[in-house]
Amino acid sequence: MNVALFIPCYVDQFYPKVAIATLELLEKFGCKVSYPLNQTCCGQPMANSGFEHVANACNTLFVDNFSGYDYIVCPSGSCTLHIKDHLHTDKHSPAEKEIRQRVYELTEFLVDVLQVKHLNAKFPHKVGVHQSCHGQRGLGLSQMTELNAAPFSKPGALLNMVEGLELITLDRPDECCGFGGTFCVAEEAVSAKMGKDRVADHIKHEAEFITAADMSCLMHLEGILKRKKSATKVIHIAEILNAQ
Amino acid sequence: MHTTVNNHADASIVFNNDEERVNWHDKTLWFIREKRDKASHNIDEWEALRNNASQIKNNVLSNLSQYLIEFEEKAKANGVIIHWAADAVEHNKIVHSILQKHGINQMVKSKSMLTEECGLNEYLEHNGVEVIDTDLGERIVQLAGEPPSHIVLPCIHKKKEEIGELFHEHLHTEKGASDPQYLTAAARQHLRETFLTRKAALTGVNFAVAETGEFVVCTNEGNADMGAHLADVHIACMGIEKIIPEQKHLGVFLRLLARSATGQPITTYSSHFKNPQPHQEVHIVLVDNGRSIHLGKEDFRNALKCIRCGACMNTCPVYRRSGGHSYHNAVAGPIGSILTPNMDMKKNADLPFASTLCGSCSNVCPVKIDIHDQLYKWRQVLVKEGYAPATKKVSMNMMGWVLSSPKVYNFAGKSARWVLRNTPFLVNNKLNPWYKERELPEAPKQSFKEWYKANRK
Repeated sequence: MNVALFIPCYVDQFYPKVAIATLELLEKFGCKVSYPLNQTCCGQPMANSGFEHVANACNTLFVDNFSGYDYIVCPSGSCTLHIKDHLHTDKHSPAEKEIRQRVYELTEFLVDVLQVKHLNAKFPHKVGVHQSCHGQRGLGLSQMTELNAAPFSKPGALLNMVEGLELITLDRPDECCGFGGTFCVAEEAVSAKMGKDRVADHIKHEAEFITAADMSCLMHLEGILKRKKSATKVIHIAEILNAQ
Repeated sequence: MHTTVNNHADASIVFNNDEERVNWHDKTLWFIREKRDKASHNIDEWEALRNNASQIKNNVLSNLSQYLIEFEEKAKANGVIIHWAADAVEHNKIVHSILQKHGINQMVKSKSMLTEECGLNEYLEHNGVEVIDTDLGERIVQLAGEPPSHIVLPCIHKKKEEIGELFHEHLHTEKGASDPQYLTAAARQHLRETFLTRKAALTGVNFAVAETGEFVVCTNEGNADMGAHLADVHIACMGIEKIIPEQKHLGVFLRLLARSATGQPITTYSSHFKNPQPHQEVHIVLVDNGRSIHLGKEDFRNALKCIRCGACMNTCPVYRRSGGHSYHNAVAGPIGSILTPNMDMKKNADLPFASTLCGSCSNVCPVKIDIHDQLYKWRQVLVKEGYAPATKKVSMNMMGWVLSSPKVYNFAGKSARWVLRNTPFLVNNKLNPWYKERELPEAPKQSFKEWYKANRK
């Protein structure tokens, strides 16, 4: 199984350990993983700001980098969703459609494609799960509290396989953290307040770590935790699933 | 009149200056969202009901002209006088002319977001007609000289102590009194006297049934009924999208409306108006005001399915922390942000950006409007139409350029990390909105790409 590793730009630059954990995890499960070296970004920062049309060159580059693999796996629900919903170039090539169908967020790839039932991982801590919206409501990684439907959680199922890990419950299990891409600076007041409220919910329930399938939400929450000099830390789910 | 900052981000800064109030506002609305969850989760067929409602509305939007003509015929046969208004100005003139014909200069009005949208109160007051809002929440904001901040809960931004002060000033209640029961009793007394002396009553319309020509008004306070039954002239104003095909469809919408709005199984009053009472005149004003233009926009027409329950506002984490007035329109929150750019792109260009695109709004919507997808699409339209700030255009083009070239991207990334490590003061300052309440991430020496080249290739 040829897997292309798609690493979001900000993870590449600021959180390389998340990318390393993702790579090692996929290798542990026997995937033949390649990392296309010319990759940059999925184009979401422009598109979500209303500038979809300036992302064309970026999208073309993405198609060039990720064509021809069995699967494309990314440790971010948000970037995955963006590719799935919005990867279009002027060329309208069949490769674009193929990529949109073959791109997976890491936890859904582990649960749905690799059908992981057992993990050799240990993380003896109290952990709160932040449900990143694009992964949850966009990709359907977990059930949403708004709907009258049976509960399930792909990240939750994986975390339950980790030895020693204790999941905490939250007052608001799936409220947005307020990152929102350029929203985090364009609407700084509301963004920061949303982040502070999310962090407070985790701290109230004694989380040692806040985890998520999206590092962007965690980067925002980490910024708030550090400013508060809080003992609670953030950690990407790939790092927990890869923890020995 | 209440002054508002006409930009969501700026208005939100003002709202967030009082963090305690933001917490209170957020919790109050979250409480209603939770009530909505309980009410909807108690109904096994809830998601099927939403689907049905959405499909019925699809049918309405695809056959709107036909249903409107059918409704007009049936309503006329019932003895109702029908008026058509192309826009807000025409709507206001029609209402005024009806009042003039009867020599009426005082009117009671139950809740109607359409009349807020049209600025009817200001128009009538300017023309010497006194309007008293009879919905308690609306009466409160009217006394305060403010617009409603929520379509279902117009004064949700006001604490009971503030309402006590307003009532002391206007209704002469005891100073410092804030007991809700006492204040409500005072409001009731005040409104009863008003109801008995007014000759004209205006109501909104929740649903208009094409099959029968009847219309349904939903309230919890019975104020629409009190006004309409006592007045000689009943004027009902409705947007043309309020039509439903048949009476039986009310069974779908009435089950969804109150549960979505407040978590109640049904509103206290769901009043059906069909034939005028003897010696009473009933008028219906059907208003377009941009709706048929909206209907022609394929990506956005679904927004016209809205039944004005307010669930998207209650669930919206941004609305709860910025308040209804920050949306500077009669309809605030996520639904307002996709309805109002159709009316005025320039004035409302900020609103589709007042969202993280979390998608909770679309999940609670009882008629399944794709609200967050429309927010994304409005952003594209607004930028293409030239409503993006020049600075944003420059930075986005720059970003597009950097991210389309691996070499430039690698260099830019390395440089940014170098700056963060060696000269952090360049970014950790007041000019950086991120830094105001958040630390920046630590910058590693090596990017993943650099690590990969060293360790795997």
